Amino acid sequence: MLQEILGIGLIFVLTVLLALPLGRYIAKVYLGQPTWLDFMSPLENFIYKVCRINPKKEMTWQENLAALLTINFVWFFWMMFILMNQGWLPLNPDGNPSMSADLAFNTAVSFLVNCNLQHYSGETGVTYFSQLAGLMFMQFVTAGTGMAAAAMVFKAMKEHQTSQLGNFYSYFLKSCTRILLPVALVSAVILVFNGTPMNWEGKANIVTVQGDSVQVSRGPAAAMIAIKQAGTNGGGYFGVNSAHPLENPNYLTNIVENILIILIPIAFVFALGFYLNRKKLAWMIFGVMTLGFFLLLSVSVYFEMQGNPAITKMNINQSLGSMEGKEIRFGAAASAFWGITTTTTSNGSVNAMHDSMTPLSGAMQLIDMMINALYGGVGVGFLNFYIFIIIAVFISGLMVGRTPEFLGKKIEAKEMKIATIIALLHTFLILSFTALSSYVFTQDPSVGWLNNPGFHGFSEMLYEYTSSSANNGSGFEGLGDNTPFWNITCGIVLIMSRYLPIIGPIAIAGILANKKYIPESAGTLKTDTATFGFMVFAVIFIIAALSFFPALALGPLAEFFSLR
Amino acid sequence: MKTHIVPALLMTATLFVLLVVIYPLIVWGFAQFAPEKGQGETVSVNGKVVGFAKVGQKFTEDKYFWSRPSAVEYNAASSGGSNKGPSNSDYLAQVQARIDTFLVHNPTIPKSAIPAELVTASGSGLDPDLSPQGAEVQVARIAKIRNLPEDKVNELVKTHTQGPLLGLFGPSKVNILALNLALDNL
Amino acid sequence: MKRSQSTSLFQGGMAKTALLESFIKLNPRVMFRNPVMFAVEIGTLVMLLVCLQIAVGGAASQGSLVYNVIIFSVLLLTLLFANFAEALAEARGKAQADSLRKTREETPAKVIRTLGRLKVNELQIIPSSQLEKGDVFVCEAGDIIPTDGEIIEGLATIDESAITGESAPVIREAGGDKSSVTGGTKVLSDHIKVKVTTQPGESFLDKMIALVEGASRQKTPNEIALTILLAGFTLIFVIVCVTLKPFADYSHTYIPVSAFIALFVCLIPTTIGGLLSAIGIAGMDRSLRANVITKSGKAVETAGDIDTLLLDKTGTITIGNRKATNFWPTTGISEERFTASALFSSLADETPEGKSIIELGQQKGGKLPTMPQNAEMITFTAETRSSGINLPPNIRIRKGAQDSIRMMVERAGNIFPDDTAQKVREIATNGGTPLVVSENEKVLGVIELQDVIKPGIQERFERLRKMGVKTVMVTGDNPLTAKYIATVAGVDDFIAEAKPEDKMNYIKAEQANGKLVAMMGDGTNDAPALAQADVGVAMNSGTQAAKEAGNMVDLDNDPTKLIEIVEIGKQLLMTRGTLTTFSIANDVAKYFAIVPALFMTSIPALQALNIMHLASPESAILSAVIFNAIIIPLLIPLALKGVTYKPIGASALLRRNLLIYGLGGLIVPFIGIKLIDLIVGSWL
Repeated sequence: MLQEILGIGLIFVLTVLLALPLGRYIAKVYLGQPTWLDFMSPLENFIYKVCRINPKKEMTWQENLAALLTINFVWFFWMMFILMNQGWLPLNPDGNPSMSADLAFNTAVSFLVNCNLQHYSGETGVTYFSQLAGLMFMQFVTAGTGMAAAAMVFKAMKEHQTSQLGNFYSYFLKSCTRILLPVALVSAVILVFNGTPMNWEGKANIVTVQGDSVQVSRGPAAAMIAIKQAGTNGGGYFGVNSAHPLENPNYLTNIVENILIILIPIAFVFALGFYLNRKKLAWMIFGVMTLGFFLLLSVSVYFEMQGNPAITKMNINQSLGSMEGKEIRFGAAASAFWGITTTTTSNGSVNAMHDSMTPLSGAMQLIDMMINALYGGVGVGFLNFYIFIIIAVFISGLMVGRTPEFLGKKIEAKEMKIATIIALLHTFLILSFTALSSYVFTQDPSVGWLNNPGFHGFSEMLYEYTSSSANNGSGFEGLGDNTPFWNITCGIVLIMSRYLPIIGPIAIAGILANKKYIPESAGTLKTDTATFGFMVFAVIFIIAALSFFPALALGPLAEFFSLR
Repeated sequence: MKTHIVPALLMTATLFVLLVVIYPLIVWGFAQFAPEKGQGETVSVNGKVVGFAKVGQKFTEDKYFWSRPSAVEYNAASSGGSNKGPSNSDYLAQVQARIDTFLVHNPTIPKSAIPAELVTASGSGLDPDLSPQGAEVQVARIAKIRNLPEDKVNELVKTHTQGPLLGLFGPSKVNILALNLALDNL
Repeated sequence: MKRSQSTSLFQGGMAKTALLESFIKLNPRVMFRNPVMFAVEIGTLVMLLVCLQIAVGGAASQGSLVYNVIIFSVLLLTLLFANFAEALAEARGKAQADSLRKTREETPAKVIRTLGRLKVNELQIIPSSQLEKGDVFVCEAGDIIPTDGEIIEGLATIDESAITGESAPVIREAGGDKSSVTGGTKVLSDHIKVKVTTQPGESFLDKMIALVEGASRQKTPNEIALTILLAGFTLIFVIVCVTLKPFADYSHTYIPVSAFIALFVCLIPTTIGGLLSAIGIAGMDRSLRANVITKSGKAVETAGDIDTLLLDKTGTITIGNRKATNFWPTTGISEERFTASALFSSLADETPEGKSIIELGQQKGGKLPTMPQNAEMITFTAETRSSGINLPPNIRIRKGAQDSIRMMVERAGNIFPDDTAQKVREIATNGGTPLVVSENEKVLGVIELQDVIKPGIQERFERLRKMGVKTVMVTGDNPLTAKYIATVAGVDDFIAEAKPEDKMNYIKAEQANGKLVAMMGDGTNDAPALAQADVGVAMNSGTQAAKEAGNMVDLDNDPTKLIEIVEIGKQLLMTRGTLTTFSIANDVAKYFAIVPALFMTSIPALQALNIMHLASPESAILSAVIFNAIIIPLLIPLALKGVTYKPIGASALLRRNLLIYGLGGLIVPFIGIKLIDLIVGSWL
């Protein structure tokens, strides 16, 4: 018991201790200050030269967005090509087939948007070539995209008045070479030394001690696992992600992988503080995120360690907590901790089956993704939080008798319009698509999607779209989601929920950067105070609660109360 | 868009070389220095590979420590949990059935001593471990079938129990494959 | 001093007009301007259709007719309450403006018309409403000035108490900065020719009334931004309610239309939505009550944001002119002798300073001498820079600036005493003005003149500082004096020896730093600065140019009015912010009332969410809807009076308002809904 709590405490403390220096480092990278990785410069300059890019050419927010969207467009076709032709492409020792068009669409989009929702299983659905050239490649570059987007917003927040938000290609390439690649490399080596496979062989055939014939999947897993965690991509090399004993062999690798999930998102918050030289602001944001994180975490850890009430009624020993869908080597606490960290960031890889967790754990994971801004995905998590800040600034600015301003820039109708649309989008996508699937299911329950009846079945559908809209990728995996209906609808949700929340904050930041800077006075609302932090916190939770209360009531809450 | 398409294509190509070719090769290079060389540690009996040390396998015979129920029957060609929700009545009936089966095979054990892990499926379906209690409740049955003193079996469980990391962090566990092979070697 | 201001919110007549207006405003084309209330109107219409359908027996599943009619009525009431708030605010604003306007309506005007080929000027008497811009009219003692205009000929004393409440008559004359007259004021003496400066119906007052009235009222930028946010919330709840239908179907729960509509209306921010326009109008109304005419709603809003305030020293920080505060005789001269000479020196001095010397001399026991028969008055000239009196037989008393007296004294071969020179320096560094008095070219001593700082002004500046407003004093004094007064009065900065263009430059410099600047002015040479300032308040007594340039006109000509205006602006924004917070926080309780009510029957487990233990699903829904409706009229007084502004720093203010309106907004509806449920539940 105590050791399990200590274990998750250790993960969090280590993460923060690592995130602080990493945050300072990230700020330096984007500011163009010297760092110890400057020996990469010749390589980067070579890439710029080959790509005919002038990294010093500053661009407006519109030009930067155009660059970002164009390269993402290219990647989409690259992914579609690989996935639909993997059968004959190289590195396919197990002879896995090419994907169907709808599954390829879903998978391509899912990895393109840094979500990594998987409607296939890693062992059978993709080849080693697809794992590396398709999925792992996306795990690097989409994380880099999100980080570049955040870097542009950082730049916009720093300048007193400018129309130029830096150069997308430069931010993007540096994110990959200076941040993601080193972090991934170090972690991959740790994993390999702990027993995670990194080879090119196909499945091993084995006759077990009891005489059963089984196969064991393997392949170049370590390289991919490192970046899928660090880039908040999620998913997994294997079907059950990090619950798999080869993907996550022991408690130490679990600590490493779990730290990787939240490391860069938290480091980004600190990076903001170092970048703007407003450390208090960074601590405020970190405080708000951490408060929300701990609230959700404590509920989930408590109920997982308590165990399933229905099994408690069977009078067996549930002292280890709810163990359905969990691994012995991690235990209930570390599984709940992972569950909250993976949903709080847009990671979505799992080390235990969320579908089998107790109802309120499911609710906490859902709320985490419905908020989608507590730490959040690499780069984009901050962008989502930025929207909430804008709304909070607007309301609290009014409450102190000034037309609202944030970091010296007036928030007016245009910015509010964008912020409102972005805040609305998430609610719209989750609720309307869950409604659509509920409708289809009610009309014809024989579609056979749901692995569980009743409230929990509803939660499965709600979870799938929430995860898609949060670009998370985890799932209540009982849902039979490899059908054209789910592949296509989730694909649509994924695209919309990825690009609009990148475009929106960059547009707001770009417009604000263009405005005249207003110096602070005693009447100005300070945004780096606990009071304002509380306001942001209230805005985040109230918006989430108001949008999703009925849905949560009909899913996890109803299940929770009926289990009591 | 037009002005960005050429850099986008070129950037994709160059990063492909860096991230898809060079990076995995570096990791693979490091793997050659790792204890398992990136292959995954295998366990052999009489020169024949009987399993991967870290991947669980099915033990249902009474003479072995049972492993946990698995949704994929421990075939690591794939992996998966049951994904049953906590209130699913079919699932709860299944759990009840497992409890009953356990009690039939372990008549000396009171129901309240059965650890939940033995009647619930793991997440991966490949869980290689049990908790120490999970092994201990099976000691009586194994000792009886194998005609061993319970103390000796208990001792074996103890030596195969891995404590928390650094003695402080995380749960204790027993690797069932190693334990059962040790049992066979007694 | 000021006209009594009605503070009662619901005056009989006004309430009646407002009531009528509430119904007229139900017109969808009017409602459309307010997305939140428009959504309620649609909901109400749907409920009406449901009621009709039940009445003709078509919809048995929708529940009883009585229940549905009650829900419909409560929704209609919600709409009417919101409309009533707006109408009441309009009525109050209009009443205020009307009382100002009434005085000038249908006053006979003696207009000069050029008639016939011979171009003979003739005086015609026409009603003031027919006066056109450019017409010239004549006013004599006893006449009421028919409309706003500018004096082109003559000078008159005018009683402006009808507009300003100030009883002391003022002098207005052609040319210069005091040429403007206001309709409704009364000429007390003399004869003036006035040129009409505004078209009928286009005076500032008319414009203000139009701002208050619905038709031409434009939303301010901040109001638009808030409306967008509220529309966003409304859309969220459209999504929530629409998607609830398939969710409920999945859970095998039947939800009647009335419950959907009730949930929707309760959740959308009707409280702030219903009161939003009333808050804006009330802001303008409050400024009108402070006797300030605003030319746009935006100006009031901007006032709340002011960073820098330019204030004229004279009249604002100090009372009028300098006053003699001390006599300092030189060694060897008695106090009595000095006082007597000082009195003589100022006997014929009509300037305020001169008068104050007489006053001080009398206080010190000197007797006011009578003017000897053949005394000769020496008036101040730029050359001598001194004034005084020559008394028979041969006494020459002079008073003047130190250097001019020194020159005179030393030219006569006398010595300028050291102790007086010392005193002169002392007075100057203390911000005073020294006037040296001499008799027959011998120095007698020095009179100290000091500015008198208005009582209470330091506190007002302190208050401004806490609001984050920087105060800047504008004065023609030399930097030394200016600095002294600035320190004593507690202003943050000053512009000394100010020329009109200095003001302009200062404003531009502040604005270049992103600050919002307010200033007050009256002269024509203030006009460019007034136009440049973000909030320019022209005094009503000022020139037409100044009034055109500014975006507010102060009827009281009170230079400290800016402080009040800033607070009104802040109040306006705060009221919007706090009621938005309150409105949204209310939703939590409404959810806990309605959601369990919807599902309690089909999913008994959700009874656990009924934490208020409301009697029945019907009673719960009804209670929430009723609470939602009556909270609007309950908050009308707050919306109209505005949330009190306290200059305690932004963070403290946010904390305070979050506690009152955020936490309050969370708790109040729990109590309110439970209470209503106790009543409704026993009655259902």
